[in-house]
Amino acid sequence: MVKKIGSRIYLSVIFLFLYFPILVLIVLSFNDSKSRVAWGGFTGKWYISMFQDTAIMRAFATTIQITLVASVLATIIGTLAAIGIQAMRRRGKAILLGATNIPLLNADIVTGISMMLLFVRFTKLGFMTVLIAHLTFDIPYVILNVLPRLNATSKSAYEAALDLGATPLYAFYKIVWPDIRPGVFSGFLMAVTMSLDDFSITYFTKGAGVNTLSTMLYTELRKGIRPEMYSLSTLLFGIALLLLLLINFRSARKNDINN
Amino acid sequence: MKRKLLLATVPLLLAAAFAGCGGNGNDTEVLTVLNYGKYFDPEALKLFEEETGIKVEYEEYESPEEMYTKYKAGSIDYDLLCTSDYIIEKLIGEGEALEMEHDDIPGYQNLDPSIIDASASFDPEHKYTLPYFYGTVGILYNTDEVNDAETESWDILWDSKYDGKIIMENSMRDCFLVPLKRLGYSLNTTDEAQLNEALTMLLEQKPLIYAYFVDETGDEMAAANASLAVAYSGEAAYAKSLADNLSYTVPKEGSNLWIDSWFIPKTCKSTENAKKFLDFLCRKDIARMNFDYVYYATPNTAVYEDLDEATKNDTTIFPTQETIANCEVFQSLDENGTELYNRLWKELKAN
Amino acid sequence: MNFKFQFKRQFLSGPYMAWIVGFIILPILMILYYGITDSSGSFTLQNITAITEPIHMKALLLSLKLALLCTAICLLLAYPLAMILNGLHLKRQSFVVFIFMLPMWMNLMLRILAWQLLLSNNGILNTVLESLGLAKVQLLNTSSAVVFGMVYDFLPFMILPIYNSMSRIGSDVIDAAKDLGANTLQVFLKIILPLTVSGVISGIIMVFVPALTSFVISDLLGGGKVLLIGNVIEQEFMQSMDWNMGSGLSIVLMVFVIASMAFMNVHGNEEGGAAVW
Repeated sequence: MVKKIGSRIYLSVIFLFLYFPILVLIVLSFNDSKSRVAWGGFTGKWYISMFQDTAIMRAFATTIQITLVASVLATIIGTLAAIGIQAMRRRGKAILLGATNIPLLNADIVTGISMMLLFVRFTKLGFMTVLIAHLTFDIPYVILNVLPRLNATSKSAYEAALDLGATPLYAFYKIVWPDIRPGVFSGFLMAVTMSLDDFSITYFTKGAGVNTLSTMLYTELRKGIRPEMYSLSTLLFGIALLLLLLINFRSARKNDINN
Repeated sequence: MKRKLLLATVPLLLAAAFAGCGGNGNDTEVLTVLNYGKYFDPEALKLFEEETGIKVEYEEYESPEEMYTKYKAGSIDYDLLCTSDYIIEKLIGEGEALEMEHDDIPGYQNLDPSIIDASASFDPEHKYTLPYFYGTVGILYNTDEVNDAETESWDILWDSKYDGKIIMENSMRDCFLVPLKRLGYSLNTTDEAQLNEALTMLLEQKPLIYAYFVDETGDEMAAANASLAVAYSGEAAYAKSLADNLSYTVPKEGSNLWIDSWFIPKTCKSTENAKKFLDFLCRKDIARMNFDYVYYATPNTAVYEDLDEATKNDTTIFPTQETIANCEVFQSLDENGTELYNRLWKELKAN
Repeated sequence: MNFKFQFKRQFLSGPYMAWIVGFIILPILMILYYGITDSSGSFTLQNITAITEPIHMKALLLSLKLALLCTAICLLLAYPLAMILNGLHLKRQSFVVFIFMLPMWMNLMLRILAWQLLLSNNGILNTVLESLGLAKVQLLNTSSAVVFGMVYDFLPFMILPIYNSMSRIGSDVIDAAKDLGANTLQVFLKIILPLTVSGVISGIIMVFVPALTSFVISDLLGGGKVLLIGNVIEQEFMQSMDWNMGSGLSIVLMVFVIASMAFMNVHGNEEGGAAVW
């Protein structure tokens, strides 16, 4: 019993540690004072004024564009690559997987700098350079999520389908795809999370006027943050929470039905 | 069916995302501007875009050295730059600035000739620059904890009474000017022995420091997280507007008078648009907006004459002649000087 | 038939292979090139040996110290936590992943800002301490604050792999050990610990590497007083404009990262941290 209470307390302390800062930010988003230390009463006005702030909306749009385009393309390229890699012989596989690990394991700052050096050599920094950089670090997450699923797929069922006259594409869609879909999906989600949260790599590869929420906040942290930033981030956090809960809830029900 | 719908939305989403980013391609003109942080009212930028139809890609930086690197890296072609005296001097020397032809900028008439004269230290023939704001570096302090007499000298920044309560400038030369002036040297010295002496002094001071800040200083002082700060005059004026118990002074040993100016770099794609922007910011209403936004001394006489007496006489914003006479303007460093400074700066931060 | 089909499938990774060459290999070559040349383009090793200069050495040692500290704290916090979570016997483990990934959807910069507010001289922590009649602490703008921020940011990367490896231990194994007379300590030492080594190792790598190379957290929570090797490199690129020196130091950093991973891999079999997700 004591042990149980102890572990509950421990759990709560860790959760507090992880979520208290977020709570502080949510509270600040309703603070009717520009100061970040004084409480000036409850207000919802930042949730309205944020839509009128062009700089914030521009950074928000850039963030969404980069995250979405990079994650979708990374999911496509990564899934295809995983299928190809799985079919490879040992050595080819090892080389490709090794290369896949580079952006994952390398320090963000080194990845960012190395890409900047490349871009500066051949072109100007801008929106596209950030997009390419994001794609580069997103693809590995997709591959590493899809590959285990592919390995678990039964090869004989696929071959049987081919023998029965299915086209490879049809057999893939009917047999392999249902098995790897959760992996593709979680890879996509990982890519979205990583893109949204990235600062270092964007910081080194972005051109003039291109700001994601992260790089904008980095400069704003010094000069003072607009309260609208709190409200926008709270809103994003709320949407993410809802979406993830929904996904979890749905797949939970599916699991229950299957069981 | 549902799945097909879902699949169909993916290309749509992609198309929408791409359309958004490719939109500003050909028809709209773009002006790429690089400026200090907190140095231009965003509302004024919006106004410029609305009035001229030129889109402004606005980039900010924190320290002059950072700006120099951003520009020289060549990874972005800037159309217009604003920075401090000594960096401009260096860039002019390197042939990076285009002649401005001030006759094309009617608003130039609004600027105070005495400030234009003072720019001679970095732009001797007044060919390349247009002054934007000027000010000093001094001590911003909390009057509840520090009395006025103490701040007459830079010495107070070494007083262990204020352990953990001092904010220093996080910009190389602004940081070194404090010990240099305290020692009675010129802030333009490149003498290695003098600079080493300054470094020793800064290292001695480091344990007392709360933080090295630039743009954070005002907010931190207003929140009473520190008692003393080395700050730019405008940052001080901004902080004073937030809290009543703050005061600003330029110590008697002297300090730095700086003039931040605009210039057109040779990477500029359209000098015509750049001049439009310069004329725009010299306009009385816009210059006023920016003055109210940044709290630094404006060289724009049209704006100055319109101010109320209290603001005109605010010595935090507008330094007195006496103070100005006691201050030096930064000069650019030669290659050896730059290297020496870079090394000493790293040494200060690493120890 | 089989051969032909396999050939086609491998072809699918073609775009990715091109991507690897263009955007993974080539950039690394660029950094190597810059690292071993000087500003005029001739060969030199000076940028790499520059790490032995006292200033750089100090920054590197401080980075190592803080990264080790951060990793140790994360491990100490995460291991018991993983055991507790595992003891809850959650039906759906993805829920645990969800709980620990969720904070990442609040922008990192803002979460760091929240810590600034919590730790500052007149911040929330000190207000609480004061109202309890305790002395104020100056945490913000010290290296402790930097370690604090790192632990906060990287803790999930330690928890998830450990939890993952733990949840894979069948309860039957533990039951069997107990039936055979093992006490709790023995079960822990002989079964749980050895079977979670791989999780611990990927956790350590996933925390140690970003902690060693971080420059943002030290920048924002260190008040410009804490200079890590990441900050030195960032300054070489963004302030001093010495890209060769910056690249040379980056190479050293890469070597350190690879060495630490090789070291960890010797002590455990390979188990990609990615399996967690």
